[in-house]
Amino acid sequence: MSTLTQANDHDHDHKPTGLKRWFFSTNHKDIGTLYLIFALTMFFVGGSMAMIIRAELFQPGLQFVDPQFYNSMVTVHALIMIFGAVMPAGVGLANWMIPLMIGAPDMALPRMNNMSFWILPFAFALLISTLFMEGGGPAGGWTMYPPLVLQTGAAFPFLILAVHFLGISSIMGAINIIVTVFNMRAPGMTLMKMPLFVWTWVITSFLLVASLPVLAGGVTMLLTDKYFGTSFFNAAGGGDPVLFQHIFWFFGHPEVYILALPAFGIVSQIIPAFARKPLFGYASMVYATASIAILSFFVWAHHMFTVGLPVKGELFFMYATMLIAVPTGVKVFNWMATMWKGSMTFETPMLFSIAFVILFTIGGFSGLMLGITPVDFQYHDTYFVVAHFHYVLLTGAVFALMGAVYYWLPKWTGYMYDEKLGQIHFWLSTITANILFFPQHFLGLAGMPRRIPDYNVQFADFNMISSIGGFAYGISQLLFVYIVIKCVLGGKKAKALSWEGAKGLEWTVPSPAPHHTFETPPKLTKAMLEH
Amino acid sequence: MRNKSKIKRTTLSLVFFTVLMFGFGYALVPLYDVFCKLTGINGKTQRVVELENQQSHPSDRWVKVRFDANINGDLPWTLKPKVRNIKVQPGKFYEATYIVHNNFSGDVVGQAVPSVSPSVASLYFMKSECFCFVNQLLKAGETQEMLVRFEVDKDLPEGVEDITLSYTFFRVNPDNS
Repeated sequence: MSTLTQANDHDHDHKPTGLKRWFFSTNHKDIGTLYLIFALTMFFVGGSMAMIIRAELFQPGLQFVDPQFYNSMVTVHALIMIFGAVMPAGVGLANWMIPLMIGAPDMALPRMNNMSFWILPFAFALLISTLFMEGGGPAGGWTMYPPLVLQTGAAFPFLILAVHFLGISSIMGAINIIVTVFNMRAPGMTLMKMPLFVWTWVITSFLLVASLPVLAGGVTMLLTDKYFGTSFFNAAGGGDPVLFQHIFWFFGHPEVYILALPAFGIVSQIIPAFARKPLFGYASMVYATASIAILSFFVWAHHMFTVGLPVKGELFFMYATMLIAVPTGVKVFNWMATMWKGSMTFETPMLFSIAFVILFTIGGFSGLMLGITPVDFQYHDTYFVVAHFHYVLLTGAVFALMGAVYYWLPKWTGYMYDEKLGQIHFWLSTITANILFFPQHFLGLAGMPRRIPDYNVQFADFNMISSIGGFAYGISQLLFVYIVIKCVLGGKKAKALSWEGAKGLEWTVPSPAPHHTFETPPKLTKAMLEH
Repeated sequence: MRNKSKIKRTTLSLVFFTVLMFGFGYALVPLYDVFCKLTGINGKTQRVVELENQQSHPSDRWVKVRFDANINGDLPWTLKPKVRNIKVQPGKFYEATYIVHNNFSGDVVGQAVPSVSPSVASLYFMKSECFCFVNQLLKAGETQEMLVRFEVDKDLPEGVEDITLSYTFFRVNPDNS
């Protein structure tokens, strides 16, 4: 195995040390690590905002924070979790794993890679600083609908600039991934031989370069509407505020697949490894992912059923939305078929992946309910929507990301993590996340609106249960940090092939992966290209 | 590093695509207007040049047109239609008058934005003259009668018996100067 890695003998040769290594690094593994640490930090920053939200909702009435601050917590929590936690975690994994998986020495554009990471801390410094400004942070919701968002105080230009920076960073990351995969694959690694994680990231990257510039355009229009007298969204000047919603969701719907597709890729790596069977229906997985991505550009108005669309428009967007269930169903059935009659073992990464399949599907079903136009009028802007997108994003995307960390942690650190603690973390997370979000379905169906700090007393019991689940979930995540730190510091030595059933090039390099790998392209055998 | 020139080519085409999509965001603005105009979704009324011969053969249908008036928060004006509603025959021009009063001790410029509902009717609601075509200036304490001249097209779909023409006046000059 180690014949493939000529570099592992002089592991310590070219590694810069100290601050310089981290600030100026162009090494895909270092930048991947930075992304992952940053994402975990932001996960806790955004998470503590969620704790404030749940504390306020623990009982009816106003307890801890004033409504304006509550709304800015809701807004900033969303922006941080989407742009600061889930997306950077995905990009971090892509940075670490894609070159290893396709047999490339590094990303194609290493300097740009460094830049796209280092923009992020500054962007979030801008965003979080707004919470301390006169007039408070942005409180009009992460969707930034005008005219409400235009009432934001001094925070407004900071919000827009932060969104611009986040967009630029993500676009650079996406370009880097596409260029790497298209030009740097080892000889023999054809497109249809690539691991599914690579495939999902290529497709995600195309979604990023196609949708984020549109958002950038939209928020620029907001900025010029506020400060330069344009009237894109101002009815007095002949504009239309509903236009912003169209522009936003033209970005926003692909964005939800930007968050979800890498998770699909992750579980498509993990499930075959622990079922000890090749992935069922590899080609159909690739095509399903691509069709989800294409369809995602034609369903945006299902977020806007209540703005007064013509009936024909509502029908079109309803049917298009239903259509997405088909390729998604293909994926879910393929994962199940992969497990069918497999020799399954249930280590932590596998547990997270199975939970992903089940809980993401629940989120998918509530999404189907929301996609039915006539019933959406009832569910729109209620806690049912909150429950839906937390099932797909937390028990979906975040669970897959956690599974990925457990799966590849031995490759990164050279040590096995504490399996027992990992499983405890899994069960705590799964149980508490369901206590946290399942009751919110009922709250939404009963009519509790989202983004309001107070509620009718009839909602009190379910909110209290949800808050208790929330606090417990928040605390359980500290265990994750402990497990990761413990694994970095030491433990059982990990073999190159850390998991018995794992397939792919990343398992042919030693653990921990040397600083430089595949400086000469590996010679691929048939066995290495199995999925 | 392998294939330097290929990497450069892929990168440049992706950067170009990004810029293109940024432009597409802006292109959505006129596209949206065109789309709304073609389908009448937005309740935007139609503008026509009045032709004498159009008046000669009105249809024998009667539909009710209601007049609605709104003032946007910043504008210190009051606005109301002289009559709440009239019965009209499609194919014939009618006039309606709104009474506008400036409550403020200074000159204010306003702009009226029309909207028609149900939105299907907006394609058939033709105006030849309207105070909403231009900015309106009201001096301190001034009252004005403002005119709209319109025709409901003869092709108005069956089933539309009731049309509401709504105006919202917005402030144009930001301060009191």
